[in-house]
Amino acid sequence: MSGLAANARVVRALGARSIRQTFRRPQLISPIIVFPTLLLAIQTGGAGAGVELPGFPPVQSFLQFMLAGSMMQSMMLAGNSGGIAFAVDIEMGFTDRLFSAPIPRFAIVLGRLAGTAALGLFAAVWFLAIGLIFGAQIEGGIAGALLAMALITASALAVGGIGAAIALRSGSASVVQGLFPLVLVVLFLSSAFFPENLMVEPARTIAEYNPLSFIVEGVREPIISGIDASDTLAALAAIAGIVVLGLVLSARALRHRLRVG
Amino acid sequence: MEAAAPSPAWRANLATIAALTARAKNELIRVPGAAIPGVLAPTIFFLGLNGVFGALTNLPGFDTDSYVSFIVPVSMLQGAGFTGAAAGVNLARDYEQGWVDRLLVSPAPRWVLLVGNVLAASARALIPATFVLGIALALGASFPGLDGLVLCYLMVAAMAAVAACWGSALALRFKSQSAAPLMQSGGMALVLLTPAYAPLTLLQPWLEEVARINPATQVVEAARQGFVGGVTWGDTWPGLLALAGLAAVLGTWALREMRRTNV
Repeated sequence: MSGLAANARVVRALGARSIRQTFRRPQLISPIIVFPTLLLAIQTGGAGAGVELPGFPPVQSFLQFMLAGSMMQSMMLAGNSGGIAFAVDIEMGFTDRLFSAPIPRFAIVLGRLAGTAALGLFAAVWFLAIGLIFGAQIEGGIAGALLAMALITASALAVGGIGAAIALRSGSASVVQGLFPLVLVVLFLSSAFFPENLMVEPARTIAEYNPLSFIVEGVREPIISGIDASDTLAALAAIAGIVVLGLVLSARALRHRLRVG
Repeated sequence: MEAAAPSPAWRANLATIAALTARAKNELIRVPGAAIPGVLAPTIFFLGLNGVFGALTNLPGFDTDSYVSFIVPVSMLQGAGFTGAAAGVNLARDYEQGWVDRLLVSPAPRWVLLVGNVLAASARALIPATFVLGIALALGASFPGLDGLVLCYLMVAAMAAVAACWGSALALRFKSQSAAPLMQSGGMALVLLTPAYAPLTLLQPWLEEVARINPATQVVEAARQGFVGGVTWGDTWPGLLALAGLAAVLGTWALREMRRTNV
């Protein structure tokens, strides 16, 4: 078997393990699906009248507008949950056993990230399905839905890289779990839940420069109006930036983990 | 020599409740970091919701022009919900570690063990509530007046007790910390499926229907009075009644689970 095929097998096996682990533990799956779905329902019902505010972009409904935000929330929490599960593996010595196995170290991290990306895809499909069931239209059609799913999957991979880096560096599940509030802060300070121009200062200015806002708009445009090349490119650039950051942090954290054991 | 007369049962029960409450307080003093998530979550929600949905006050029908004042009691109640859920998670942890078994073989009645846990949650809920209120006042929220403030804190403490009953019942039913998401989402749904983000008339029809039958709506409205207007008995008693009803139902359930729990 070629080296590449063997590595792909390792990544696939670890990715599948990570997905099974998430679905078996309520404390891992619930932040990804239950909380964002609950918040989607509450925010749509509670702040839905906001579409009547002057300056709100033309949308079919507030649910249609909110789908991108819920997908982002779910994706970010999938990255966080992936980091927690990775840290638990480190605490329990499972990762040490993998490090001593004849497999490349990057495949161990990539396996975890593959699982996180698959959960991101699951979240995108889940929220698009909820949107369609409750009457939201996907203006970009099938191509628009596929684009939104692809962007969320890539974002999960990128954010998962940062979660994995923190897990490798700290080796502590409680440290990674402590990032949960930070995830919410970053989300609230983006245009995930309301149009940037209608947010209150200083949230509005921060949201303008928050990379997550670019990703949200890239995911939202195909849903509320159709595919827009400039929004898609901006989203891809933001994702690429987070991927690079995650790679650098993960590589450094992996070196640190191998050094300290 | 005559043996000392045993202390009356009520005195022993009170001492047990005080000891259980003191244990929760000691946890806070010895591990101050443990209180941070309970404080952080409602604070983030408060600041986030204010930054994101603050413009909703421009909608016709919104009964205040200060979203900070409108949302602060909701965040204080949300903090109470999180604190109550944490009481359930801690009880599940105690069960997993064998501490509950030791309590159950003690001569203390089951209801005393439950009350100790619930009262500790009520007291702890005042910490996030005070933190959120301090930030809100700094951001320009209206001072609710002494009556509004006392009423709001009463609602917060009672809501934490209700959430602690819910969390304790689930902890004793599942006997595992894995049930934590259910404990947290229950309290969160109860508080947010109300006119939390906007007045009843501005909610989407389905949420308006849910909010009208959700008893927590009366609690939110009662806690909010001082921040968006004046305190009246007419807006207060439904909140007190709703909390009494919730406490009776969830307390009975938690006690039933406590009685079913064997060593």
